Amino acid sequence: MTDALWYFGRGAGVSALVLFTLVVVLGIVVRIGRPLPGLPRFTVAAVHRTTSLTALGFLVLHVGTLLFDPYAQLRIFDTVVPFFGAYRPIWQGLGTLALDLVLLLIASSLLRHRIGLRAWRWLHGSAYLCWPVALAHAVGNGTDGTSTWMLGVVGGCVAAVGSALAWRMKIVGNEPETAPVAPPAHLAGLR
Amino acid sequence: MSTRLAIDWTRCEGRGLCHELLPELLTADDWGYPLSRNGDPSPRVPSPLREHAEQAVLDCPRLALRLIDAPDAQEVPQRRVMDAPARHARR
Amino acid sequence: MTTTEMATAMRLSGAAAGSYRAHLDQLGPLPDVPAHRLIAMTADAGLTGRGGAAFPTGRKLASVSEHGRAVVVANGAEGEPASSKDRALLGQAPHLVLDGLALAARAVGATSAYLYAPADLLDGKVRTALKERRDAVRVRTVASADTFISGQESAVVSAINGYEALPASQPPPVYQRGVGGRPTLVQNVETLAHLALLARYGVDWFRQVGSHEEPGTRLVTVSGAVRSPGVYEIPGGTALGDLVDHAGGGAEPLQALLIGGYHGGWVPWSDRMAALPHARAALGPYDASPGAGVVIALGASHCGLQAGADIAAYLAGQSARQCGPCLNGLPAVAGHLTDLAAGRAGSRTVHELERIVGLVEGRGACNHPDGTARLVRSTMRAFAAEVDLHLAGRCSVGPLRPRGGRR
Repeated sequence: MTDALWYFGRGAGVSALVLFTLVVVLGIVVRIGRPLPGLPRFTVAAVHRTTSLTALGFLVLHVGTLLFDPYAQLRIFDTVVPFFGAYRPIWQGLGTLALDLVLLLIASSLLRHRIGLRAWRWLHGSAYLCWPVALAHAVGNGTDGTSTWMLGVVGGCVAAVGSALAWRMKIVGNEPETAPVAPPAHLAGLR
Repeated sequence: MSTRLAIDWTRCEGRGLCHELLPELLTADDWGYPLSRNGDPSPRVPSPLREHAEQAVLDCPRLALRLIDAPDAQEVPQRRVMDAPARHARR
Repeated sequence: MTTTEMATAMRLSGAAAGSYRAHLDQLGPLPDVPAHRLIAMTADAGLTGRGGAAFPTGRKLASVSEHGRAVVVANGAEGEPASSKDRALLGQAPHLVLDGLALAARAVGATSAYLYAPADLLDGKVRTALKERRDAVRVRTVASADTFISGQESAVVSAINGYEALPASQPPPVYQRGVGGRPTLVQNVETLAHLALLARYGVDWFRQVGSHEEPGTRLVTVSGAVRSPGVYEIPGGTALGDLVDHAGGGAEPLQALLIGGYHGGWVPWSDRMAALPHARAALGPYDASPGAGVVIALGASHCGLQAGADIAAYLAGQSARQCGPCLNGLPAVAGHLTDLAAGRAGSRTVHELERIVGLVEGRGACNHPDGTARLVRSTMRAFAAEVDLHLAGRCSVGPLRPRGGRR
């Protein structure tokens, strides 16, 4: 039974990682402001939101099953406060940190209209911290952490986010550069 | 009095969700920014489109849209029906 | 204008005194007129804003005074390159402006006051003047940026609030929420100077000079192809020809006047036009208005289309870059107009030009795109004959060089 919990917990964790990677990629695509083939922009935004909730579901399963697994030595306290765990405190702590950030991200997005654009953008930027932290936790903490298939999954996640970011760099910020010109001398008054 | 869609141009970056959700009222201009189809910068939102307009307001990534109740003769908004918090938004 | 008329028009200019002592000796103390009376007098006198929009000052005072905890701001930013009247006023008669500011503060019940103007003016005469005074509401100075839009009402408020001098989206308008979130009165320095005299001498005195539609005097900056460019004070509603004569007459045969500055309109020059009064109703058909008193004379040796194109290019560069239609549309418009002026445009360019001008109007946080659109439309209308010539590869002024730049 405990083995089942252990495998299930890890499986849920990997699923959560892959889904959150998809969330990050979709978030970048929304930011770019272009539609995807067959997906208008508002759909991309909606899938971004829905996937984040699905990913949260898997994350809850991941944490939940490991709470019941004696091998993980996880206490409820460790699920919110990082780095005090009994089993690999640092790597496990990164997972807690990622969970905390996910909760912050989702809560702030649900309250987006209440907290205002500036606050929301600032908080949402923590996604760029949350995701690599989650990746590190997956590699450092998991039993499969450095196995070939796991590294393959991690590599795929990194490639996906990397390409999305590269696309973003290319598209965003290419506004027309209008260098200020002086007013025509004979019409520029007394100056 | 009618409900109008108001655009905060300092926030709008032409992300383009609004004209997908409200094609009856908005299209995209040459540069991707929302263009009112009837020439009125704050187009009136007829009741059948009310829900779609509310969706657009909620979905705008830049919180750049608001629904306001305005008297028909002028452009002065009387009461905010639904908006993102009004701030002196700065970069 | 007769000599007598010129003399009676020396109101603001006549009041320019050096020290505060001399100022009080000449004009008397700040009158003890209560707030509601000040507002009524301002409304009766028909004083309108001298910053460009010409909003009735009495109405503005009344709407700010309704809310309490108000802030008053004297706006001397003068971002328009062809305008120098505010600089002249602050340099020569700062006490007149500060009197007006104190009176405005009283009128709206303000507990904070600011003077927003270029740093070099604030460091000089203004600082000296402020040291000499003991106003009920202490005046704080804030330096304005040297940009075209730095004097826009919400940009002023933004700068005083500590941010960049960029226009903000309204609503709420600044008279409801401005500096520190408080109801704010933003008033051009010349308007305040007029208030300082109006409060002392009364409504009848104020209306003795000027026309019924444009009572009192106003400062104008006349520049371009005139013999004596400068800042002059004229009675409201002065005929354009008299205005030009006041500035020494044309330095060469004149083609048109640009009235209202870079967001104004072209009035083609002729004897008939010379009789046109410098007033809203008469100038309206040309998309012009007295505005902030800017008058630029275009000589016949310059191409009107090129002038319009050069101004449009300048305006495009002065976009605050906050709003997409302005940021993208203005350079496109300027580009087409420049092509037309250089003789490398066809009828499709003209069509595109008009289409994009229509795209930018009303779509932005401030009036910069609208003002630019107005200037471009006015250029196309006033110099319509020139447009036809340029489309045929010619120009009334000289040869075109389609591949090169041209002034």
